[in-house]
Amino acid sequence: MSEHSTYTPGTGVEKWLDERLPIIRFSKEHLMDFPTPKNLNYWWTFGAILAMCLGIQIVTGVILAMHYTPNVALAFDSVEHIRRDVNGGRMIQAFHAVGASMFFAAVYIHIFRGMYFGSYKAPREILWILGVLIFVLMMATAFMGYVLPWGQMSGWAATVITNIFAAIPVIGNPLLELLRGGFSVGNPTLNRFFSLHYLLPFVIAAVVVLHIWALHVPGNNNPTGVDVKDSRDTVPFHPYYTMKDAFGMVLFLIPFCWFAFFAPDILGHPDNYIQFSSTVTPAHIVPEWYFLPFYAILRAIDFNILFIDSKLGGVIFFGGSIVILFFLPWLDRSKVRSGTFRPMFKWFYWLFVINFIALTYLGAAPAEGIYVVLSKIATAYYFLHFLVVLPVLGRIEKPKPLPTSISESVLGKSHA
Amino acid sequence: MATQAQHSTTRRDFLFVATGSVAAVGAAATIWPLINQLNPDASTLALASIEFNLAGIEVGQSVTIIWRGLPVFVRHRTQKEIDEAKAVPLSELKDPATDEERTKPGHEDWLIMIANCTHLGCVPIGEAGDFDGWFCPCHGSHYDSAGRIRKGPAPLNLVLPPYEFLSDTLVQIG
Repeated sequence: MSEHSTYTPGTGVEKWLDERLPIIRFSKEHLMDFPTPKNLNYWWTFGAILAMCLGIQIVTGVILAMHYTPNVALAFDSVEHIRRDVNGGRMIQAFHAVGASMFFAAVYIHIFRGMYFGSYKAPREILWILGVLIFVLMMATAFMGYVLPWGQMSGWAATVITNIFAAIPVIGNPLLELLRGGFSVGNPTLNRFFSLHYLLPFVIAAVVVLHIWALHVPGNNNPTGVDVKDSRDTVPFHPYYTMKDAFGMVLFLIPFCWFAFFAPDILGHPDNYIQFSSTVTPAHIVPEWYFLPFYAILRAIDFNILFIDSKLGGVIFFGGSIVILFFLPWLDRSKVRSGTFRPMFKWFYWLFVINFIALTYLGAAPAEGIYVVLSKIATAYYFLHFLVVLPVLGRIEKPKPLPTSISESVLGKSHA
Repeated sequence: MATQAQHSTTRRDFLFVATGSVAAVGAAATIWPLINQLNPDASTLALASIEFNLAGIEVGQSVTIIWRGLPVFVRHRTQKEIDEAKAVPLSELKDPATDEERTKPGHEDWLIMIANCTHLGCVPIGEAGDFDGWFCPCHGSHYDSAGRIRKGPAPLNLVLPPYEFLSDTLVQIG
């Protein structure tokens, strides 16, 4: 896919630079001339939208850090100070907090798009793995960021999530004290979470570079899942996709701005407006909406499995639900990439989506009655999809005939 | 010739391994302080022991105090709660412990426990749940009147801090 550059330095300065740091050549190759399948639909614009989201989070985050105080006595008040006193702080804080939600909304769409169109399949396994790695880093970053306002949900989220490590046999408790920097979640915890919350986005940015690098070696997948065969199948990235992505970003910013300007707290939990107290737990601890599916899996395991107690069991399934994503390229045995040409996969795919939404709902529901039973069923199905449905489908499913080329699928057979 | 080549290779290998080992030990020694700074610091450890006066806590009353930043339940149990706890057969318990093991001899009416649910660390609500003890609403763990886990996802009984009675009304925790 890496075609030879058509860049010829015009001015003397460009020529001088090109021989020392060919950054203009690089930009032209990867951001402008890069041959991109001409049939990408709007689900593909979320890549660019995510880059925008990361940019928004870093810019607003760096500014918020200029006003925030990472100390248990002052953290809660400093966030209120930002929202009430700092010039434009209300807006900047809202964009950062709402931005986290929008970032996750976009990343879920991006991931589910990849799962539908088989974007994880050869030769894009590394691209997928790096993507899952970014997702894990995002979860860690979002969690630590959520702790910083030091409200009731923040502190108890920190308590519950760090407690996960106590489930590890033998080293669990010393490890927990190491992670918290004390016997309970306290000032050392808040301090280090702030430090890491500031650091990790730059690590994410670095992995994003690798993710795009791994994308630009084999090139983009596309809705047909058929490989690019010749130059008629592609268009240059600029202006075709730069414009399309820009349009997608504008559309995405409409709900984003609505939340940030009109309902900045609607995606959060009201209990986070109470300062953290280590002696009282809110009656109903719920994480932010984007963690609910995994939270539902964590608490679905309320029984012992052989010698593994319920706590460790929950942690294993919780971790497993994310780790399993790394293995997706090898669990799906089908030779056909795109779900469009896989009649049975399509049904199971949507069943998986519905099941995931159900897990989201169950993660917010109280841990009692029918919700407990449903959580267990939905958790079981989550794993069955990866471990049974996908491997079996690859063997028994008869895919529909694939178009011979992207051009053919776009223009129809008669014009091909 | 062959012997000579072998000889020099062996000598070079030895130097490589020796250098590598020293480097590995040096790296580990350098990294350790960087990890160890995460452990509880001196000011945190300084809070490891407290004294607490029990006088003034009525029968049937609970208080929550802070020890090492952790909430600790101090409950003055009623006779009914003590009898209930003693009546439970060990075979019914997920984490078997007798009521005697949960209290100090001669002070059965005092139950002193770290107040974090053994599942994920929430603070359970007192005088609630199906067993006349504590209930953690987060994930639905029920503890009985001796703080033993009876139902729900928590794997263990509420943890007892190390403590001793200095007098009938004075307790040292930690």
